[in-house]
Amino acid sequence: MGERVGPLIPNEAKKRLIQVVGAENYDDTKAGRLVYSYDATPQFQSLPDAVIAPRNTKEVAEIAKICNEYRIPIVPRGSGTNLCAGTCPVEGGIVLLFNHMNRILEIDEENLTATVQPGVVTLDLAKAVEEKGLFYPPDPGSMKISTIGGNISENSGGLRGLKYGVTRDYVLGLEVVLANGDVVRTGGKLAKDVAGYDLTRLFVGSEGTLGIVTEATLKLIPMPETKQTMLALYQDLEAAARSVSKIIANKIIPATLEFLDQPTLEVVEDFARIGLPTNVKAVLLIEQDGPKEVVERDMKKMADICRAEQAVSVQLAGSEEEAEALRTARRAALSALARLKPTTILEDATVPRSEIAKMVKAINEIAEKYQLKICTFGHAGDGNLHPTCPTDARNREEMERVERAFEEIFAKAIELGGTITGEHGVGVMKAPYLEWKLGPAGIAAMKAVKQALDPNNIMNPGKVFAKSTRKRVVVTR
Amino acid sequence: MTTKTEQALIQKAFQERMDEDELLNCMRCGFCLPSCPTYIESGQQEAQSPRGRIALMKAVVDGLIEPDEDVERTLSLCLGCRACESVCPSGVRYGHLLEEARDIIAQHKKMPLPVRLIRKFVFAGLFPHQERMRKATALLGWYQRSGLQTLVRKTGLLRLLPASFRQMERVLPDVPTAKEMKNRPHRLTPDGAVKKRVAFFAGCLMDTMFLATNDATLRLLQLAGCEVIIPPSQGCCGALHGHGGEKEMAKELAKRNIAAFEQLDVDYIVTNAGGCGAFLLEYDHLLKDDPQWRERAAVFTAKIKDISEVLVELGFHQLPLRVAPQTVTYQDSCHLRNVMKTATAPRRLLQAIEGVDFREMQDADRCCGSAGIYNLMEPEMSMQILDHKMDMAKQTKATTIVTANPGCLLQMKLGIEREGLAENVRAVHIVDFLLEAAEGAQAEKEGTHLRQTS
Repeated sequence: MGERVGPLIPNEAKKRLIQVVGAENYDDTKAGRLVYSYDATPQFQSLPDAVIAPRNTKEVAEIAKICNEYRIPIVPRGSGTNLCAGTCPVEGGIVLLFNHMNRILEIDEENLTATVQPGVVTLDLAKAVEEKGLFYPPDPGSMKISTIGGNISENSGGLRGLKYGVTRDYVLGLEVVLANGDVVRTGGKLAKDVAGYDLTRLFVGSEGTLGIVTEATLKLIPMPETKQTMLALYQDLEAAARSVSKIIANKIIPATLEFLDQPTLEVVEDFARIGLPTNVKAVLLIEQDGPKEVVERDMKKMADICRAEQAVSVQLAGSEEEAEALRTARRAALSALARLKPTTILEDATVPRSEIAKMVKAINEIAEKYQLKICTFGHAGDGNLHPTCPTDARNREEMERVERAFEEIFAKAIELGGTITGEHGVGVMKAPYLEWKLGPAGIAAMKAVKQALDPNNIMNPGKVFAKSTRKRVVVTR
Repeated sequence: MTTKTEQALIQKAFQERMDEDELLNCMRCGFCLPSCPTYIESGQQEAQSPRGRIALMKAVVDGLIEPDEDVERTLSLCLGCRACESVCPSGVRYGHLLEEARDIIAQHKKMPLPVRLIRKFVFAGLFPHQERMRKATALLGWYQRSGLQTLVRKTGLLRLLPASFRQMERVLPDVPTAKEMKNRPHRLTPDGAVKKRVAFFAGCLMDTMFLATNDATLRLLQLAGCEVIIPPSQGCCGALHGHGGEKEMAKELAKRNIAAFEQLDVDYIVTNAGGCGAFLLEYDHLLKDDPQWRERAAVFTAKIKDISEVLVELGFHQLPLRVAPQTVTYQDSCHLRNVMKTATAPRRLLQAIEGVDFREMQDADRCCGSAGIYNLMEPEMSMQILDHKMDMAKQTKATTIVTANPGCLLQMKLGIEREGLAENVRAVHIVDFLLEAAEGAQAEKEGTHLRQTS
């Protein structure tokens, strides 16, 4: 093969990288690079110069050293399911794969921890701990394929965020390779640890810009005794949103409280064919888990609240299969929306849950103003909404309207005390808006941390901090 | 090796012929990845996933890369099982994209002479001609019965063949004689009242090498109350052509079949091979650009139904059915499941049989690696997938593995051979098994012994 070296990787560096991982784990063929030029973010694509699959931490450290020396960007990548272009190699360099580092190293039933390599698929971990009567609550929509390493890098949320929190709340300790090749270990199997800065939290959600996670110790909890699922149907969007606030105000924290509007319901039903109602304006998918009496009491109370808020019907799932079908349908919402039009722009605005009704109303008004179809679904219980616009990237004029509409949506979210992203991360997509949320001092503090840990800016460059105001354009190196 | 000129031609054809909307519909969410056998078996390589393959096809259209040998390689390593379509929330019709891409490559690439000759012989000279299929099968029958097979096996002559062909030779069924193949009836009346009038799609391979299974199918239809018509002018469905990059020939075969069936006043056109059924079901897509045939194709495809669905609809599973006690598992035919959407009917039928202890195997819906002629063309990946499948089958402790497609059936037989299980485990087509059960119940009623098909 020989002369296929990308512009950023000098021949000498290539030789040394191959020495570390072996030729079979180093790919710089055109096809090999192209298939790692994207993630699930619409419209973004940029070619890496090479793709490397290390087998262990030592190899990752060696790779970092070499890349640091030659100033070659490193983009760690799980399954590429993220929605902020976080694993798109926008400045080229190498994409680092964890196909070989995908083992569950230990499930410690005494300390209630699991220690895993970054390439473990989230669902595989969830299943493995469930066999031991344990529970790993974070459940991103893409959990069937997303990896723990990716979840940690993006601090992924999910359907259970309301009651159980997000990935961050379950990471107890990490092994991280820094840009200079140093390996640091943070935290551990400890419930309490106040020794110095909390580096664990710093790395979680840092989107691969501060270091490469090579091992993680995760917190597990006992499996809840039982679980019930129900669907509340509404003919009024805002009534559904009001129910959410009322449930929380009544001191109930359900495990799941999901919101889907009519257009979303239609496409989801078109895919899942499980008999979801498509003639209502909105549904809430509600779930509670825990001791049987508590679950029954909470479900009854929530059903009453929904009815009081003009739910036209409240139905309990008859079996676990039925409940699982409902959850699967909800997880497929984003991709199912792609049935409407070729390009699906999904956003991730989050507000305090008391403001959900206002936010839903604002989204509809903005959609109308820009003459766009914007479908809304999301984790209503934790205020994390996914306004989604089915569009066609080939229509430049409409794309500009989409751009402006979402800018207004983000501005509204901030105005209501919210944020520009609740669980998808900043990546490239939200970078231009980050300052709205943090202010100049906040950005400066974050940049100082980045500078200290990665002075040569090789760790996933081009992410989090905006280089320009360039937004939704196709980038192709 | 594809030359630069060939690549340029292929690229141009991609730009002209690939469905851009369909390519854009893939929003790269990755939900397809865990369903893809080659993605899993290759150790999670994106290039061996549907998302990766679509990205490559799109990149060729966009002019980002040339259709070089790496691109070709990932396309040829796809099984075409279409499991990704069933789990795709966006509804991308991956199978159509793959078919088109393969056709473009095959039509523009200058293949070595021996490959061209073999392709011409198989695609144009053999499969479309039922008379030649019969002769070839008869020749095989002569090979099996004359003692030549024994001789060849003893002398080790088979070692001259590639391993994949050698293995296939071992598991070929005992084929019918030329005489048996000639006596195909054109019409059958049911036992008792006529519940449905159906036409039977006999297929090419099914009606020669697997003639016994076709006969069993007809018998089941009679038992279920069907008047059956078997139009003699029908022929090969063209699936092999369509999947192998010979789309034009597939279209000709499709037209021949549509013409053969369209005058019949029947409720359904019944198939008993998942691979054929799925291809017939998509004749309307195959002929979508042909204004003269599009409508006729749609009428045809609306009538296609798998034998299991027909039997369940007619309440066959409520008839007395009995076999000697045995543990049974079912291997889905990918195309039957993912394209024809038939998965519960065969299971319902099997579970209705007295004596059957039905155990679902893990990943029953994952491709067995047969995939048309994939197991001959890509033996390494095919065998890797098969080995995984056999592990799953073994875990059920089944002594009978039931399938619903001739390719899968041979592959299961191969798997059983490879695992050294031939003593205790058999693979059987569902219709043969159902007939065994129907006759078993009958025999018991008459007080005779149960017989077993093999």
